[in-house]
Amino acid sequence: MNIVTNLGLVINAILICTPPLVLAALGSCFSERSGVVNIGIEGMMTIGAFTGAVVAYYTGSGWIGFLCGGLAGAAFGLIHALFCITFAADQTITGTAINFIGPGLAVFLCKALFDNSSDSPALSPASKLPKMFDGKFAAGSFGYNVISTYSAAYLSFLLVAVIWFVFYKTRFGMKIRAVGEHPKACETLGISVIKTRYICVILSGFLAGLGGSFVTLSTVSQFRPSVIVGQGFIAIAAVIFGKFSPGGAFLGCLIFGLCNGIKSLLGDNHIVSPNLISMIPYVVTMLVLIFFVGKSRVPAANGKPYVKSK
Amino acid sequence: MAKNSNIDKSQVVIQMKDIVKKFGSFTANDHINLTVHKGEVHAILGENGAGKSTLMNVLYGLLTPTSGTIEINGQQVDIDSPDKAISLGIGMVHQHFMLVEPFTVTENIILGKEPVKGIVVDKKEARRQILELSEKYNLKVDPDAKIEDISVGMQQRVEILKVLYRGANILILDEPTASLTPQEITELMDIIKNLTADGKSVILITHKLKEIKFAADNCTIIRKGKYIDTVDVEETSEDDLAAMMVGRKVNFKVEKKEQEPGDLVLEVKNLHAKDYRGVEILKGLNLKVRKGEIVGLAGVDGNGQSQLIEIITGLSKAVSGEVIMSGENVVNKPPKYMFEKGITSIPEDRQKHGLVLDFSVAENLILQNFGKAPFSKHGILQKDKIMQHATKMIEKFDIRPVGCENRLAGHLSGGNQQKVIIAREVTNDAELLIAFNPTRGLDVGAIEFVHKYLVQQRNKNRAILLVSFELDEIMGLSDRIDVIFDGKIVGSVDGKDADENTLGYMMAGGKNE
Amino acid sequence: MNKKSKIFNSNILYTFIAILIGFLVGAILLLAIGNDPVVAYSKLFSSVFSKPKYIVYSIVYASPLILTGLSVAFSFRTGVFNIGAEGQFVVGSLAACLCGIFLKLPAPLHVLVCVLAAAAAGIVWGAIVGFLKIKRGINEVLSYIMFNWIAFYLSNYVVNLKSVHRDGGGEATKNILESARMTAPKDIIKLTGCSDANWGIILAVVAALAIWFIMNKTTLGFQLRSVGYSKTAAEYAGISSNKIFLISMSISGALAGLGGAVQTLGMGERISQFATQEQYGFQGITVALIGSSHPIGCIFAGLFYGAMKYGGSKLTMVNVPQEVVNIIMGTIIIFVAITHVFKSLLTKNKGGQNE
Repeated sequence: MNIVTNLGLVINAILICTPPLVLAALGSCFSERSGVVNIGIEGMMTIGAFTGAVVAYYTGSGWIGFLCGGLAGAAFGLIHALFCITFAADQTITGTAINFIGPGLAVFLCKALFDNSSDSPALSPASKLPKMFDGKFAAGSFGYNVISTYSAAYLSFLLVAVIWFVFYKTRFGMKIRAVGEHPKACETLGISVIKTRYICVILSGFLAGLGGSFVTLSTVSQFRPSVIVGQGFIAIAAVIFGKFSPGGAFLGCLIFGLCNGIKSLLGDNHIVSPNLISMIPYVVTMLVLIFFVGKSRVPAANGKPYVKSK
Repeated sequence: MAKNSNIDKSQVVIQMKDIVKKFGSFTANDHINLTVHKGEVHAILGENGAGKSTLMNVLYGLLTPTSGTIEINGQQVDIDSPDKAISLGIGMVHQHFMLVEPFTVTENIILGKEPVKGIVVDKKEARRQILELSEKYNLKVDPDAKIEDISVGMQQRVEILKVLYRGANILILDEPTASLTPQEITELMDIIKNLTADGKSVILITHKLKEIKFAADNCTIIRKGKYIDTVDVEETSEDDLAAMMVGRKVNFKVEKKEQEPGDLVLEVKNLHAKDYRGVEILKGLNLKVRKGEIVGLAGVDGNGQSQLIEIITGLSKAVSGEVIMSGENVVNKPPKYMFEKGITSIPEDRQKHGLVLDFSVAENLILQNFGKAPFSKHGILQKDKIMQHATKMIEKFDIRPVGCENRLAGHLSGGNQQKVIIAREVTNDAELLIAFNPTRGLDVGAIEFVHKYLVQQRNKNRAILLVSFELDEIMGLSDRIDVIFDGKIVGSVDGKDADENTLGYMMAGGKNE
Repeated sequence: MNKKSKIFNSNILYTFIAILIGFLVGAILLLAIGNDPVVAYSKLFSSVFSKPKYIVYSIVYASPLILTGLSVAFSFRTGVFNIGAEGQFVVGSLAACLCGIFLKLPAPLHVLVCVLAAAAAGIVWGAIVGFLKIKRGINEVLSYIMFNWIAFYLSNYVVNLKSVHRDGGGEATKNILESARMTAPKDIIKLTGCSDANWGIILAVVAALAIWFIMNKTTLGFQLRSVGYSKTAAEYAGISSNKIFLISMSISGALAGLGGAVQTLGMGERISQFATQEQYGFQGITVALIGSSHPIGCIFAGLFYGAMKYGGSKLTMVNVPQEVVNIIMGTIIIFVAITHVFKSLLTKNKGGQNE
């Protein structure tokens, strides 16, 4: 019984803390696979987290907030695309800029809207993302922890399969992968490199925004400046870890989720320092890389601005 | 010589008139005309940089002409994108293949025009169509292999299939024989014949006269961006074609005095190596180079030449075997050690390996010797000495423009870049000089310069290993020719006795009887 | 004409244009939320320039940023993106702090030992990533991100150790000993009125000059630059790119570690438990970008960022969200990144006039 409950707790922790990473990592896959380095995922998540919380606060709907969080991320994706695709700016620099502007703007607007407070007002349970089968299971039971949880979490997992399908089974997916490997070849076949990359980068912003708003619309229930800090980078790390495939990135995110789950299980005992436990996912990721995964093959055209000849 | 009987003079498929293409102040195409008929093989002849590729990129919609008109099948058209060109039935096989390495043959062929079943790419249908085309035109490919795993010849067939799959009636082949064996070239010529028999027209861009004589009906010559003439190939001699191409008589033979080779400098013994994928690429290779001789290594790209040179220069490691340099086994030592042992090389890819393009000419000239006197003292660079050295080299090797010491190497022309490399490698006074495709992409003047220099170094009693995919170059320069095939030396002939047919036979894996 | 084209080709001009655009975007946003940009910007500038004390404070803020900026710029020049300066900064300050608390040494020597310990810690943190890159082919961006967080939690762990944690209130370490402090002489503090005035800026400027010298005048710099421009050509010429990566990532780590030392020995006196990342490393990326990855440029870019940070912290006094500074900085670097677009616009127009 105890084991089942504990297992439920761990799974619950995974279901809470991996969806934002998974969504952002899927976004990162789109961008990187099409040949655009997007280190601005972090900033896109933060603006998504803010927008999600604020829209849900005013509309009372978690789903509308969630969607708008995605759209806000997409808007930043558009900025990233504009600068590094159209103007051929260095993609790392543009991404770094977005990591300053996104969180900066989020807190800036938060203060403007909420009387100089850097936190947005707490959301009522009704205006957060809904949980499935709410009230059907006893609090603390396995079912309560595993089944009666945010449907958006399961949605994000489902999205992994959907995006895998898009990447490897559809025309659009072939286009994305080809554009990231050999843009010139694509151009000679009449595929628009620019258009494909724009779509991918905007999509990456959208997914990162969704990931960000999942954070504020689930457990945290409000926007705070520190609500995202680092998660965007972890998502990027998961993607490199997963060799730029949706499935691999998902696996990378799960490592973090699992470690977090264990952390929450050990949470209150003071035998091991909580700081050391927090360190585990990062150490584990490094160890897995050193001993099992090794080299990650970066898409050939990744990071290189594509300049069309005239 | 079998001539093409498929030409239909009554149907003009391409009519390009007065095409001008400027890049800034540089005119790449200056009023060029081109007429191609149905079923015709039309060659476009010109030196590197003459403007052949520019003209074809205009026809294919990759470049927009500054002025001039294009008619396809009698209709004036505005080809503003490859998409448009494809829809007009034009297909292009680029000199540098446009293939996505990690993709399969099938994926590459259908890319951009995938058959679908619902929303899923229908690989089965794609495979069927490809096999059908491949049968019809005798283009053998493995539809499920990845590009990175197939030979250059097959990659080219994939490129041709890509074009046919899109329903092209006009095929542009840009330097299609650059990395094929003589036998593969013959096969390609047969394929071209199949295509024209089916009513398709082929534009053949090349600077190889023999191929033009063999395959083309007509030939348009371009020199320095200008239209020179269009001639009937059957009525024009190779010499005349060459003269029209370069604007003067060309001497392809390099003068070379008889010379007895001296002591053994380099000996490679039973060398085994794997490529980056772990496939065995050198399978027990043996090679000797002595003082005062040029050993030519003939062979088709991909038979282990790159790995051999990488191992001799220390860039990659052998699995087993020996590289003996002046009596010492130096196999698997780092590049710096090899260099100090007296091995220098003119690399195959000068922009990637030969030069730091963002470094000045002066810096590139000391890329190996920066740590030695007089260029540095106690780890501090001596700028004056470095500049003096550069000025001396620029003068000695006629590197242009004059006074380019501080100019970035990337801003020099290809020929001058090669001169910078030669200046650096030759002055190292090393015992062994390796030249890997030393004239690739150079114009005739620069080629002559490089060839003369190699012979001069040989006469100075240096050991020279010449690796080239151009059989003419090997035959023109070498004292001895070793043929590499499938990671081994399959035959060795005296330079004087070499003839193209036996070499070609060995390059394709046949044994020398 | 020649002079003119020189101006149009200089990066400094475009950096200034980018800075102007940054402030313009900030102003528009301030207007949009009903703030008066004139009030905000005058507060920003007066907070920096109205008193010598403020100027000195800005410089104090700038010193660690110059060092992390140098760290990132140095790695850029060898083709590595040191997004791990954050973690190297953290272990540097941690090492300096621990040496400052536990070692008993006479004053100037104690500082020196602490500074060296910080540099060494930064080297270790950078070199591990470099080692994993060259030996195991692990993408350095990934390792840097991981090591940032490992440093973060390591620091928090050490801060909470019984022997390190301060006795009184506050989640922080004990104070470092007086002998380990980098504080400027009493007279200077009195003269400027800045109680945090310290030697950090001298260290930062010396480091910048040293890096400039190494880069441009030594054989090591020659190798570093050649690998940065073309790894393949450098290897062909016998330069071991692996060795160069390791050296460059180590030096880069040392510089970020020094930044940590300056912050702790000069200003902080102790390390507090982190709630979120301190951002010195990430701000260093901005400094490097505004400074065109040039060591001397980093000094000015660092001073600029330090001033913006210090002045920005006073904006709340006029009810302006200080985050506008982040937005301005982000906008500046995004426009620095498209310098080539401005350049071609300006030089093209000019060409037209002259012909």
